[in-house]
Amino acid sequence: MTLQQILFILVGAITLGAALMVVTRRNVFHAALFLILSFFGVAGLYVLLEAPFLAAMQLFIYVGGIAILIVFAIMLTREVMNPAAPGANRQWGSALLVAVALCGVLGWMALNHDWKVTPGPVSADSMANLGKALVDPQGFVLPFEVTAVLLLITFIGAVTIARER
Amino acid sequence: MSIFDITFNLAWLIPLFPFLAFVTILLFTYRNRRLSHQLAIGGIAVSTVLSQVVFWAAALLPAGGGQHAFESALIPWLPVGLESFSLGVYVDPATAVMLFMVPLVCLMIFIYSVGYMQGDPRYSRFFAYVSLFATGMLGMAVFNNLLAFFIFWEIMGTCSYLLIGFWYEKKSAISAGLKAFLVTKVGDLFFMLGLALLYAQAGSLAYRDVFSPQTLEHLAHTGFLGTQFPVAAVIALLFFGGTVGKSAQFPLHVWLPDAMEGPTPVSALIHAATMVSAGVFLVVRSFPLFAAVEGGIQMTIVASIGAFTAIFASIIAIAQNDIKRVLAFSTISQLGYMVAALGIGAYVAGVFHLITHAFFKALLFLGSGSVIHGLEHGHHVEQAFQPADVEQPSQPAIFNPNDMACMGGLARRMQRTFWTFLVGGLALAGFPLTAGFWSKDEILAQAYASSPAIFWVLAVAAGLTAFYTARQICLTFLGQPRTSAAERAPESAPSMTVPLIVLAVFAVGLGWAGIPEHFPGLGGRIPNWFGHFVGRTIETTHVVQPTTGATPGFVWQPLALGLAFALGGLALGWLVYGWKPVQAGEVDRVERAFRRVWLGWLYNAMRDRFYCDRIYQATFVRGSILVANLFHEFDRIAVDGLVNLAGRASQAVSRASDWLDVHVVDTLVNLAGRAGRGLSAVSGFFDVRVIDRLVDLAGLGTRAFSSLTAVVDVKVIDSAVDGVGDAVLAGGRFIRPIQTGRVQNYLLLASLMVLALIVTFFMILFLRI
Amino acid sequence: MVPLEWVLVLAAALFCTGLYGVLSRRNAIAILMGVELMLNAVNINLVAFWRYREPTAVTGQIFALFVYAVSVAEVAVGLALIFAIRRTQDTVVLEDIDLLKG
Repeated sequence: MTLQQILFILVGAITLGAALMVVTRRNVFHAALFLILSFFGVAGLYVLLEAPFLAAMQLFIYVGGIAILIVFAIMLTREVMNPAAPGANRQWGSALLVAVALCGVLGWMALNHDWKVTPGPVSADSMANLGKALVDPQGFVLPFEVTAVLLLITFIGAVTIARER
Repeated sequence: MSIFDITFNLAWLIPLFPFLAFVTILLFTYRNRRLSHQLAIGGIAVSTVLSQVVFWAAALLPAGGGQHAFESALIPWLPVGLESFSLGVYVDPATAVMLFMVPLVCLMIFIYSVGYMQGDPRYSRFFAYVSLFATGMLGMAVFNNLLAFFIFWEIMGTCSYLLIGFWYEKKSAISAGLKAFLVTKVGDLFFMLGLALLYAQAGSLAYRDVFSPQTLEHLAHTGFLGTQFPVAAVIALLFFGGTVGKSAQFPLHVWLPDAMEGPTPVSALIHAATMVSAGVFLVVRSFPLFAAVEGGIQMTIVASIGAFTAIFASIIAIAQNDIKRVLAFSTISQLGYMVAALGIGAYVAGVFHLITHAFFKALLFLGSGSVIHGLEHGHHVEQAFQPADVEQPSQPAIFNPNDMACMGGLARRMQRTFWTFLVGGLALAGFPLTAGFWSKDEILAQAYASSPAIFWVLAVAAGLTAFYTARQICLTFLGQPRTSAAERAPESAPSMTVPLIVLAVFAVGLGWAGIPEHFPGLGGRIPNWFGHFVGRTIETTHVVQPTTGATPGFVWQPLALGLAFALGGLALGWLVYGWKPVQAGEVDRVERAFRRVWLGWLYNAMRDRFYCDRIYQATFVRGSILVANLFHEFDRIAVDGLVNLAGRASQAVSRASDWLDVHVVDTLVNLAGRAGRGLSAVSGFFDVRVIDRLVDLAGLGTRAFSSLTAVVDVKVIDSAVDGVGDAVLAGGRFIRPIQTGRVQNYLLLASLMVLALIVTFFMILFLRI
Repeated sequence: MVPLEWVLVLAAALFCTGLYGVLSRRNAIAILMGVELMLNAVNINLVAFWRYREPTAVTGQIFALFVYAVSVAEVAVGLALIFAIRRTQDTVVLEDIDLLKG
């Protein structure tokens, strides 16, 4: 087992463990904190997969944005939450079954398929290429701009929906 | 570049700082009074420092051959056709002495204004305006061409209007401002014509070009419009027209006394020390033009107008009761002195008197402001203590703080004001050893050497000046207070009295810089710095030396006569007004004397300023209104008539077409309509009788058939349809529970489906194949 | 090198954990957290395939970036909706909201 593999197992365990905590904790605030931990784990995975830029972005966006947003939302809706109520709803059994089945199917598929891996080195200026690709007319500039519009619409939509009448 | 070059290059900064203060106060610090006055004083203080630097640099510049006037690099700033006007700095001795005097006096007046204008609601605006004015004055002095000169001249004119009418609630102030503006505008018109003529002849308005020997030669020998009269003289006279307006010479002097409606610092600044001397400075600056034609008529005209104004105004000043009006006429008179001096070619003396006059006249005005302030304060105190309806005997019915009849005895109560005012008054009268004495004496000396007529006029004017000055001082300060307000008048705040003291020092000390060499005793011991310095200006322009240059040896007559008139005037004034102090309610003693010898009409004329205002009102003002009415009538009758005619014509046309439409077109249309109606009646008859019968028959047959099919439909088809519907409803009731309304249930179902799909897909893809 | 299969299995497990969270949690915000887990799993998949199949191209990372953007948008709108629901229904328990019941 190489060092990388050990690290991978470690990070993977943290991520998965935190994710399991997220979906089982009764106290939703605790769940949010475990979510942040799992995000960190995913960032670590990105680093192991040699995508450091994405790791940084993961931290910025997920931990620094989404997780904070979720925490805010939890804070603002605390009074309507009954802390004694169970965390799961009535169909948790069926849900568990479906989830496990799906996991099994997907896992089995992953392990038994020849993925034709071509491991090569990551180019040194991958980040620069990334940036260039985002604004290249033959590249991804269109999705980039559309995403910007999407975010604008999201912004407007969120404000409109959440507004006090 | 030498240190001098660097210094002179920075001279353009001098007008910049007050301008920045103006902009900043108006835009940003309007509400903050303290900051506004600090900005204004700061701006002018910086200018003062810079000006002093420039002045001393110019004074200490070693006098070598060649260029004595410094001119900086030119900046093209105004494109005109193919060329452009260039702007640069021009520093010669005349500029330098102006720079010495102007910012200093302005600074004193600004500091004074802090105390004087306190409590005024438009405090900040005042400081903005005076800063703009300082910009105008300094810019006029510093730049190198006549166009810039004119621009700043006009800026000063605008500020004058704004500041005279500063208290615009008073109708008299508004009128005074307008009057000042319009009258000086008449003069400015001549100035502009002169500029145009000069530009047409010389092709440039820069001093360097216009005052070069070649240009002057050319101008002196070109005839105006084909006549023999040299163009240089015409231009000079046109410029002098501007001076007559701006420096309030006869006949355009009428605005200056009314300009006293403005606040006293304004009177001091603009109408005594600086703006009015701008007119004189114009002659100073363009002196080579005046002297270009030897023995020309232009000099005579200048001298005559100057001398006449000097004596004319001093006569009027004797009969004035308003303390500021006396000083206003005194200013007019002294400006006449300067103009006369320049007219006889006494360049140095004229400039010297300009500088000294600025200091002591500003001092006198500020002193009078202090007096007025004190009187107003005393009046308010008095009102507070006594009810207004208690009649005070022997007091004027309406209290006017400017009126000297309400003053008296202020020497004891307002000591600093009194002593400084006394110094200023003595300087004005030409008392020995004051600055005014030296400068006036020099003018008299030069006049004696050049023209006896001018000399005697100026000498008599000097005597009258001394007389009314003594009168003013006696009425205001000596004797007993004539009103209870005067009894209570307090001394003014230090912010007002300290500038007075500073100016008084200059009023005495400045004279010592310009003692002519021939003076017995002192002359020669103390070098004539001023004369040498300013005299350089004329040397460099290679113009004919002033005709009344240094006379060989010393001539005692003008000095003796001048002294006699001055001291005699003072003594007479004191005898008449001071020996036995004037009582409250007493008629003016000179007036009484005049009336007794049947010269009452003359005194009335003097008091009413020799009716100049009435004459102008009756002629120019009424005339303009008449012409305006004439044009108005023309417009109403002729122009409006044409317009109305056009209107009525189109109305007639429309009426005609209307008649046409009603009588002709409509008749035809109605005819057509009637024909159509007849036709339709015929076809209607046909339709009812024949066609309807056929249609009813067809309808009957159809009705029979439909009742048959109805039976079939009800019995057979409907039962089938209803059956289907019931079946569907039953099925729906069965499936309905799936739709629980809960999202997560749906999601679960969806996940199940996905799972099934994946498994199916997987089995197909990977197991069967 | 970590075998690609390990990463894919991890991603699948994460995905299913998220799915379980979505299907079984009562609090609406907790459901949102489950969605985030699913999206993260997807991202891991994308990056893994990028790394192991085509490391010199940028397509994989770009795709992941866009997924970030979309997830951000979705969280924002989702939370806004939760607030709106909370205001009208006075609860954030999704189980109790069955207004669309047939």
